[in-house]
Amino acid sequence: MSTREKVGWGIGGLIIIVYCLFPVAWIISLSFKSSDDISNGQFLPTAFSGENYEQILVGDAAGLFLPALVNSFGICLIATFISCLLSMFAAYAIARLDFPGKKLILSTALAVAIFPVISIVTPLFNLWRQIGLYNTWPGLIIPYLSLTLPISIWTLSAFFREIPWEMEQAAQVDGATPWQAFRKVIVPLAAPGVFTTAIIAFFLAWNDFVYGISLTSTEAARPVPAALGLFSGASQFESPNGPIAAAAVIVTIPVVLLVLLFQRRIVAGLTNGAVKG
Amino acid sequence: MSTTLDRPTSAVDPTRDGALNEKTKAERRLGWYLAGPAFVVMLLVTAYPIVQAVFDSLFDYRLTDPENSSFVGLGNYGVILTDPVWWTSFGVTAFITVVTVAVELVLGFGLALVMLNALRGLRPVLRTVILIPYAVITVVSAFAWQFAFSVDSGFVNSWFSWIPGVTAETDWLGTQGLSLFVICLAEIWKTTPFISLLLLAGLAQVPDVLQEAAKVDGATWFQRLRRVTLPNMKAAIMVAVLFRTLDAFRVFDSVFVMTAGANSTETVSFLAYRQTIERVEIGLGSAVSVLLFLSVVLISALFIKGFKVDLSQARGE
Repeated sequence: MSTREKVGWGIGGLIIIVYCLFPVAWIISLSFKSSDDISNGQFLPTAFSGENYEQILVGDAAGLFLPALVNSFGICLIATFISCLLSMFAAYAIARLDFPGKKLILSTALAVAIFPVISIVTPLFNLWRQIGLYNTWPGLIIPYLSLTLPISIWTLSAFFREIPWEMEQAAQVDGATPWQAFRKVIVPLAAPGVFTTAIIAFFLAWNDFVYGISLTSTEAARPVPAALGLFSGASQFESPNGPIAAAAVIVTIPVVLLVLLFQRRIVAGLTNGAVKG
Repeated sequence: MSTTLDRPTSAVDPTRDGALNEKTKAERRLGWYLAGPAFVVMLLVTAYPIVQAVFDSLFDYRLTDPENSSFVGLGNYGVILTDPVWWTSFGVTAFITVVTVAVELVLGFGLALVMLNALRGLRPVLRTVILIPYAVITVVSAFAWQFAFSVDSGFVNSWFSWIPGVTAETDWLGTQGLSLFVICLAEIWKTTPFISLLLLAGLAQVPDVLQEAAKVDGATWFQRLRRVTLPNMKAAIMVAVLFRTLDAFRVFDSVFVMTAGANSTETVSFLAYRQTIERVEIGLGSAVSVLLFLSVVLISALFIKGFKVDLSQARGE
């Protein structure tokens, strides 16, 4: 590559960095603007203020935000755990065993992944009300499986295909049953793939808005995105934009941390499952 | 990466003489024991609701008035398909889908090229930042863009006041055209990284030998792009486009946050939400949901049959 080309691609790289970080930088900047400063028409605050964070963490809006944060963490972690557990077994079978119906399972996962979420909401809204799951944690965990399970099965099957299975055969030669070989040899080898799958599944659940807004009505189960969506209407402040920005920053921190720590794995997980390598 | 499947998985060929020995049978059983629960759960959370939705859509049923529920056959569909509200939301959804996917494809390809060619030291940084829009919650991204454009808390009007027509009072979320522009912008920002990662994986599959050969033959950069790179990554492009199209077609979050469907920016998903959750018209809402589902099925069929997208590519087989 000539120097000119290098510089060109370098500038391209800088543009990508600005592109990706600009809206995030903006919402962080906005979250530090005080209520008199919010309409200063500038990108940066005139003076940094922690007023918005105070409002959502200990002030008027805390009652709306903090329970939602707990709900989101709890519901998403449980849904992620369940789908990882189920898909671990499924992906092992798909990558490793010879049985009819393998294609059917993968096609089903694909179909579920592209399913329009709102089409699930309509009947569930009615059913959940009848059987008492409306506005409860299980009432969200169950539909969240439709988001997390297909991607988990896919991603994990792709990861499991790369595991050195000779080790399992060696264990079987030494007298282990297929089940023992799975538990004692493969599970430790598969742990990184499972972990990556868990992160990607967690992102999807954490991002949900449709289920959250449709199947909850109070802070008993309402997750953060839904709480944010209702914030503007429900609060009595002049402009809720500052507190919303602060809440947005807080819910963005966990995902950004996960991305920074596990970047390489996430990219592999996202593309492995989707494009033939 | 995905060749393990081709390896014989058991020492015994299951098709031999058509007879299954004990080991093969045990393997099949274990296969379904392990994969069965996940399969059943997937069916329960999707197949069951859509069947229920089809059933509900045949009734004139309002949650607040269950006594007067009556069977109307396809009546709800008739009501919806003759109502301009449906066609507006369908048009808006189609518009958002086409615009965002087209822009994202071009932009995502550019990002993928930069990531492929950037200096070694810069690559990990790029691959990290590109995941940030992907990981940021759609609602947060929608708020960030809405606040940037809003009259009272934004900076866009003061930054871009040099553009004719943009003043301090320009209300970006006040008219249909401008609202759709901002909604598309937010969607594009959030989902381009995903496309670009898929395209990057596709780019990496284009054999270097072909590129070199074309270079030796004196092909320009653009000719190589058109005749070598793009044809060789067609599968990756089609998979990326199919996924994003279906994803874009169910757009809901951004619309809810930014306009709440005002100024004729309602999408099909939003219409279904409004009928079911806000107006508790279970029958009508279900019919909208079923129509949305059928649209998604139709788009998939079109891609798979029409453009011959090979989904086994998408399954990593």
